[in-house]
Amino acid sequence: MPDLLIELFSEEIPARMQARAAADLRARMTDGLVEAGLTYAGAQTFATPRRLTLAVEGLLAASPTVTEERKGPRADAPEKAIEGFLRGAGVTREELEIRDEKKGQVFYAKITRPGRPAEAIVAEVLDHVVRNFPWPKAMRWGSGSLRWVRPLQSILCILTDDAGEARIVDLEIDGIRAGNTTEGHRFMGGGRFAVSSFEDYEAKLKRDHVILDAQQRADHIWHDATSQAFAAGLEVVEDQGLLSEVAGLVEWPVVLMGQIDEDFLGLPAEVLQTSMKEHQKFFSVRNPATGRIERFITVANIESADHGATILAGNQKVLAARLSDAKFFWENDLRIAHAGMEEWIEQLSNVTFERQLGTQAARIRRIAALARDIAADVGADAGRAEQAARVAKADLSSEMVYEFPELQGLMGRYYAEAAGLPDDVAAACEEHYRPLGPSDAVPVAPVSVAVALADKLDTLTGFWAIDEKPTGSKDPFALRRAALGVIRIILDGGFRLKLDRYIDAQLLRHKISLNHAKASDDEIDTLEEVLDEIADHGVFGAAFRAVMDRLQEKENAPETEEGSLLRIVGDVVPDLSTDLLAFFHDRLKVYLRDQGLRHDVIDACLMLDGGDDLALIVARAKALGDVLETEDGVNLVQGFKRANNILSQAEEKDGVEYSFGADPKYAEVSEEKDLFAALAKAEGEIAKANAVEDFVGAMAAMAALRGPIDAFFDAVQVNTDNQVVRRNRLNLLGKIRDICLQAADLTKLEG
Amino acid sequence: MAEQTGMPRSFQEVILRLQAYWAAQGCAMMQPYDMEVGAGTFHPATTLRSLGSKPWAAAYVQPSRRPTDGRYGENPNRLQHYYQYQVLIKPSPPNLQALYLGSLEAIGINMALHDIRFVEDDWESPTLGAWGLGWEVWCDGMEVSQFTYFQQVGGHDCHPVSGELTYGLERLAMYVLGVDHVMDMPYNDPQAPIPLTYGDVFRQTEQEYSRWNFDVANTDVLLRHFEEAEAECEAILSQPEVDPKTGQRIIMAHPAYDQCIKASHVFNLLDARGVISVTERQAYIGRVRALAKKCADAFVTTEAGGFVA
Repeated sequence: MPDLLIELFSEEIPARMQARAAADLRARMTDGLVEAGLTYAGAQTFATPRRLTLAVEGLLAASPTVTEERKGPRADAPEKAIEGFLRGAGVTREELEIRDEKKGQVFYAKITRPGRPAEAIVAEVLDHVVRNFPWPKAMRWGSGSLRWVRPLQSILCILTDDAGEARIVDLEIDGIRAGNTTEGHRFMGGGRFAVSSFEDYEAKLKRDHVILDAQQRADHIWHDATSQAFAAGLEVVEDQGLLSEVAGLVEWPVVLMGQIDEDFLGLPAEVLQTSMKEHQKFFSVRNPATGRIERFITVANIESADHGATILAGNQKVLAARLSDAKFFWENDLRIAHAGMEEWIEQLSNVTFERQLGTQAARIRRIAALARDIAADVGADAGRAEQAARVAKADLSSEMVYEFPELQGLMGRYYAEAAGLPDDVAAACEEHYRPLGPSDAVPVAPVSVAVALADKLDTLTGFWAIDEKPTGSKDPFALRRAALGVIRIILDGGFRLKLDRYIDAQLLRHKISLNHAKASDDEIDTLEEVLDEIADHGVFGAAFRAVMDRLQEKENAPETEEGSLLRIVGDVVPDLSTDLLAFFHDRLKVYLRDQGLRHDVIDACLMLDGGDDLALIVARAKALGDVLETEDGVNLVQGFKRANNILSQAEEKDGVEYSFGADPKYAEVSEEKDLFAALAKAEGEIAKANAVEDFVGAMAAMAALRGPIDAFFDAVQVNTDNQVVRRNRLNLLGKIRDICLQAADLTKLEG
Repeated sequence: MAEQTGMPRSFQEVILRLQAYWAAQGCAMMQPYDMEVGAGTFHPATTLRSLGSKPWAAAYVQPSRRPTDGRYGENPNRLQHYYQYQVLIKPSPPNLQALYLGSLEAIGINMALHDIRFVEDDWESPTLGAWGLGWEVWCDGMEVSQFTYFQQVGGHDCHPVSGELTYGLERLAMYVLGVDHVMDMPYNDPQAPIPLTYGDVFRQTEQEYSRWNFDVANTDVLLRHFEEAEAECEAILSQPEVDPKTGQRIIMAHPAYDQCIKASHVFNLLDARGVISVTERQAYIGRVRALAKKCADAFVTTEAGGFVA
């Protein structure tokens, strides 16, 4: 059985695309071969900056011949139908067979698809794969029309039989004829050479200074880097992403360690690391004793005549230029930081955050106001939270963050420390961006929490206020991530806060700034007044009404009738707020689903306490989830649903609601009396448990109803002829519904 | 010119060697375009000639201006006026990388001593409505050139594709000559009777232009120039194809493109003066791009653009 070797040799393939491309080459080629009937024993794939390689072992020499039988029309079918069948099957009239079947004589055709040699199939599949390759970005070159990631220079495609004899697969793609040759390293290779098998290919590449396997290159780099660092009593800062990128930039890695000029060692470690990594693809080498970055590792692609001396000197020089920029930024920034960062904060009033939502400065003012509101709920000092929010984004104006946006927050912390601000304020500068992703830690320090929540809620309410909500896969402002961040911060910290109030307040702040230009001073004052009232009333609606009532008595009050600005804001804020809270609920369900909590269980608990205290919702849902794991719980739900169904049907039929007036004196059997007693007990226990947020207790009290409810249904018929008894029993079912609803809305449960 | 060996001794020798090398490869030696541009790509020998089906090969030095990069001649490698060396070959030859490496050898870079790398860098010019794929070329970790296969220019697909090489001459020469501050770089041969450094030639102009660019340029006048250039560009392109005086079909793609270049440079000056906000910025870039596209549309209907009546 032959082996297949394919190499697609091109100009330099971007490092970040190599691994994916190698995997795609294997998947697409082997899928195509198998589909055409060529099975194989194994396949390996490789990538270097200049080549994608696929080696397939134990390929069938030819696809098997396939015979298939196809049933045709009846023998007496119209001529047209028979001709059509012949065409479709690709056989002649003479080759047809007639068989007797129940319905009469029927034509059968035997279709034989002869096997094809591997060579023909490989040529066909490879042509298709190359022409349709899924590069993230592809290009044309010269006068051709083929698209590849960079110009494709040559194709090597050979089949090697068991005797070791290699045949070139006859194939030409856009003027490139497949052959059996390739070349090695760009500078250390010895020109083109022919190969006869994968082993031969790999060995000759190595001879010509190409390590084919990216993992081997990465291992080699890491081994040399760590041992050179170790020899100097230092350690390499691990960076897997950088390692695989660098392994994709070289065919023959040569590790060189260089010095960082003494002048730059005072820069923050993160600045050194980021600058060296982003600009130069250098690894950082750290002194384990001090934590300082003292040297760098660069990986060259050549064993140079002077053992890397020129290369290292050049790299050192470039690094010095880069770091003097960084040092220049750092020193300039520190000057402004020492002066209290006011200059940066002022500059932010010239920076647009979003066209409608205004400047960064306006955004910061809103965040500071909200952080102040939230502070008490998360155990932070209100003044500190506000102060932290005011400076948390100041570093956006710094030169360092302009140069390295990924250092935002971290630089803020350094600069806040330099400005002599309290530690918790400095920490908030860095931590308020967290969590940055699903696996990033949430902030825990109270001031950081207050600012982080305020920042995210301001973003969410802002985009809600201008109707830029995420749709489908589109979420350009990462609002889902922001909502998840809020959820995780609240739940991880176990914070008890009414989200509604803060959403309302912040929506209103957005509405005030969005309308600032066109509203009258009186209107703005009125809305500001509502803002103050929210703190007292807890939600927008009541606050708004209170202010409106006061306006009645005022002379020259702003307009409040239909269509007026105040009325429009009064109408729209509650709608937006409800909608945003629902968005939080959706995110909450997604988040908890990943932790194994069913979405219907959450639904059953969502609105019991107003729906805006996330910690409470989750505590209740977890208790319900647990009780549903028990036999009592499962059966209670069945009993509850039975009661609820009977009740709903009767209510619909009779047009009344059976929710009041069940009286034990009409109870006929003991099971009925027992249920009355059990419900009375459960009601008391659930109320007591709810009052102290003992949801496990509430669920247990509810689950205890399982026995009495089951016994009741076994013993009595609800819809009896005696109307008094029937009504009493329906009211009793109504009581089950009402009492259970104190613990959880079981109607929301599925199944 | 006799084959030069060893290391170049001056900035101008680096240029002369590149000229000799690319002339030997068959490129037409063009001269700098006589207008202020931000990069060698703006020269019509690149922008317009990369369009259409006619083969083309040109190389030239292009003085380039980036008003925001002015540092009063003090920064070791940042200048508001600098030189680019530009090569454009259409269709891109299959050995363009090898040709390019040959040019590095021609200016004294020994391939056995240095680490030359092609690092992914996709090029895009929002003002020209152009993009291409390629690399920045690193020599020992320093970017010495930009290497691009043009895919689209002025909104038109490039077919055939041009290969474009851009060398930042000061930076490259500083590296080859081992100079740390651009102003210290020998401009002519240090052994010449009157040796001149880059600073002798350009320090004063860097100061003068930095001051003018940042603080003095009259923004009202510049804004008017922008509007005027835009209007003129459109007016030129709205003329009938056939010149009523000569009776010939004369489409004025180049004069129109001059106005596009002018608008682009005026925009850069306004940007340096800090009078363009982030949102306006996009709008200005869009307006220049619209002009570039119209010029490209016009050029492809001319003979040089491959139009066949």
